Amino acid sequence: MSETIKVPTMAEYMAEGKRPEVLFWVGCAGSFDDRAKKITKAFVKLLHNAEVDFAVLGTEESCTGDPAKRAGNEFLFQMQAVTNIEVLNAYEIKKVVTACPHCFNTLKNEYPVLGGDYDVMHHTQFLKSLLDEGRLKVEGGKFKGKRITFHDPCYLGRANNVYEAPRDLLRKLEVELVEMKRCKRNGLCCGAGGAQMFKEPEPGNKDVNVERTEDALKIKPDIIAAGCPFCNTMMTDGVKSKEKEEDVQVLDVAELIANAQDL
Amino acid sequence: MIKFIPNILFVLALLAGIGYFANNVRKIIRNIRLGRDVDRSDNKKERFKNMAMIALGQSKMVRRPVAGILHIVVYLGFIIINIEVLEIIIDGIFGTHRIFSFLGGVYDFLIGSFEILAFLVLVGVILFWIRRNVIRIKRFWNPEMKGWAKNDGNLILYFEMVLMTLFLVMNATDIQLQELGADHYIKAGSYPISQFIAPLFSSMSETSLIVLERSAWWLHIIGILVFLNYLYFSKHLHILLAFPNTYYGDLKPKGELNNLEAVTNEVMLMMDPNADPFAAPADDGQEEGEPEKFGASDVTDLNWAQLLNAYTCTECGRCTSECPANQTGKKLSPRKIMMDTRDRLKEVGDNIDKNGSFVDDGKQLLNDYITQEELWACTSCNACVEACPVSISPLSIIIDMRRYLVMEQSAAPTDLNNMMSNIENNGAPWPFNQMDRLNWKDE
Repeated sequence: MSETIKVPTMAEYMAEGKRPEVLFWVGCAGSFDDRAKKITKAFVKLLHNAEVDFAVLGTEESCTGDPAKRAGNEFLFQMQAVTNIEVLNAYEIKKVVTACPHCFNTLKNEYPVLGGDYDVMHHTQFLKSLLDEGRLKVEGGKFKGKRITFHDPCYLGRANNVYEAPRDLLRKLEVELVEMKRCKRNGLCCGAGGAQMFKEPEPGNKDVNVERTEDALKIKPDIIAAGCPFCNTMMTDGVKSKEKEEDVQVLDVAELIANAQDL
Repeated sequence: MIKFIPNILFVLALLAGIGYFANNVRKIIRNIRLGRDVDRSDNKKERFKNMAMIALGQSKMVRRPVAGILHIVVYLGFIIINIEVLEIIIDGIFGTHRIFSFLGGVYDFLIGSFEILAFLVLVGVILFWIRRNVIRIKRFWNPEMKGWAKNDGNLILYFEMVLMTLFLVMNATDIQLQELGADHYIKAGSYPISQFIAPLFSSMSETSLIVLERSAWWLHIIGILVFLNYLYFSKHLHILLAFPNTYYGDLKPKGELNNLEAVTNEVMLMMDPNADPFAAPADDGQEEGEPEKFGASDVTDLNWAQLLNAYTCTECGRCTSECPANQTGKKLSPRKIMMDTRDRLKEVGDNIDKNGSFVDDGKQLLNDYITQEELWACTSCNACVEACPVSISPLSIIIDMRRYLVMEQSAAPTDLNNMMSNIENNGAPWPFNQMDRLNWKDE
């Protein structure tokens, strides 16, 4: 894919003396991971489609510090946080949306005490609000009737009690929404959280993502829907390890909505 | 004088039982206070609500319906039957018999209810025993459940079986004595359960019946006092500590890890362009020249709420059975984190009792109890925190110990060190240049 999409930066907005409605916090995965970049683009398409006035920080964005904090490096976390807060506050940011539950949790819960107080939304919550306001149309399209299960990201679900926004969006796609046995507050982790994404697992008898993928495959979905770039990677790998990639796709909720409308 | 001997013995037993227990409670409180300070004095209303719902109302117990409902039966039985203990204590001190019997119909109703509850508790406890020892539910057979942990679980059940049986035997012999018109044994109470046991004693003489009734009565009350004192040595402390523990539980969203203020002070100093790097450190009330230790390597580095968590844990294992690391064969078990913290805290407490103040024993919570392999296996998914029926957070201890490993020991796994130096150097956990952050839009 080599199409250029319009992604304004905060610096450009500032130069024009304007303020966007919302800052899109892309996150490291959304910026650099090949799979996650597709989610970023799908979300941007939806933002354009709903005529949302948004901007990104671009090269002024830096890691929120989530993996450092979870790994125990409070020092590095706070350095990242304070630096980011300086940038965000300089632009007088009020509202932030992100497609990564880890960025979401950190920005929402761990930045206020360090001086960064923003209205932070996960992209599924933001898309739901656009839907409720009538700005975004979500229709069945090509996924109508497909069997889809939603894997709850820990940092969206248990960590912040957001369970319904992604499901409401999926229902709007007129899919057959099926739940895994362990879901919502009982949902099993994909295995990536707590900085596990960046290291080899400790010795055991199975990888967590395989265990979770087995949960999903048991209910025979056409698509596993995710709301987190790391869950997405873990579930995609899990499906591959079960040699089911021909039958089961792993897609972000934003991708599902964008693809349904062939955006 | 001689006729008061039972009364005197009773009062002595009561004082000894309660006194020894009070002394041990004092030790528990002292040990919990060995922890660092943390402010949990906010939101009293929400805290009371949590205590009412979670501890008193057992709202999280019933998420697993079989264990939950059985637990409610035993719990209600335990609380309500204790009203009867009040009567036993008054009778014991004053040498009366069934002092509350003047309540008439109300008394009949109370005794009847206690009997039914005692029977239900007996059934519940037997089912619990079967779940542990016959069905062998997996969470009761994890590696940390060997030895004392396993015996403790069963002993508690035997205690309760014996106490309930004694209660019913006491009543059954009383029925016989009432029918024989024995002295003191006034006609009182209704006995929906023990009436079926009473016929077993129908051929006994009045004297034997009195001996049996008195034995059951004494063993029952002595048993209760022994059980009370057993709590201190057992996981069973949760029957008391669940209340403060749910009250003082963390109210923040589960995803929010606490902020380390000692770090914030240093970070702010580093970020402040006007700060004088050679200035003497500001007087912030710390010990002279002793910089605050980051994270936790021993129990005294944890805060008191975490130590209260450790004493409250009753080793049910719901946390471990939900833990993704444990389910996939890793060594980490959140329950073991809590058990290790409590065991080490007891060890530190015993050390203080023996030596007057803590004398270095060359041991600590890290490595001697909890290994690094366990700590690094955690995905911080909060499944353990969600699963705990009494608001314990094993995760917060894991994170504090990781903090010590990383900030005091630089002992993170190599992969994580690489991730962290990437964040430090280029603002992402991977080796990509920050200047390339927006390249995706043109790809």
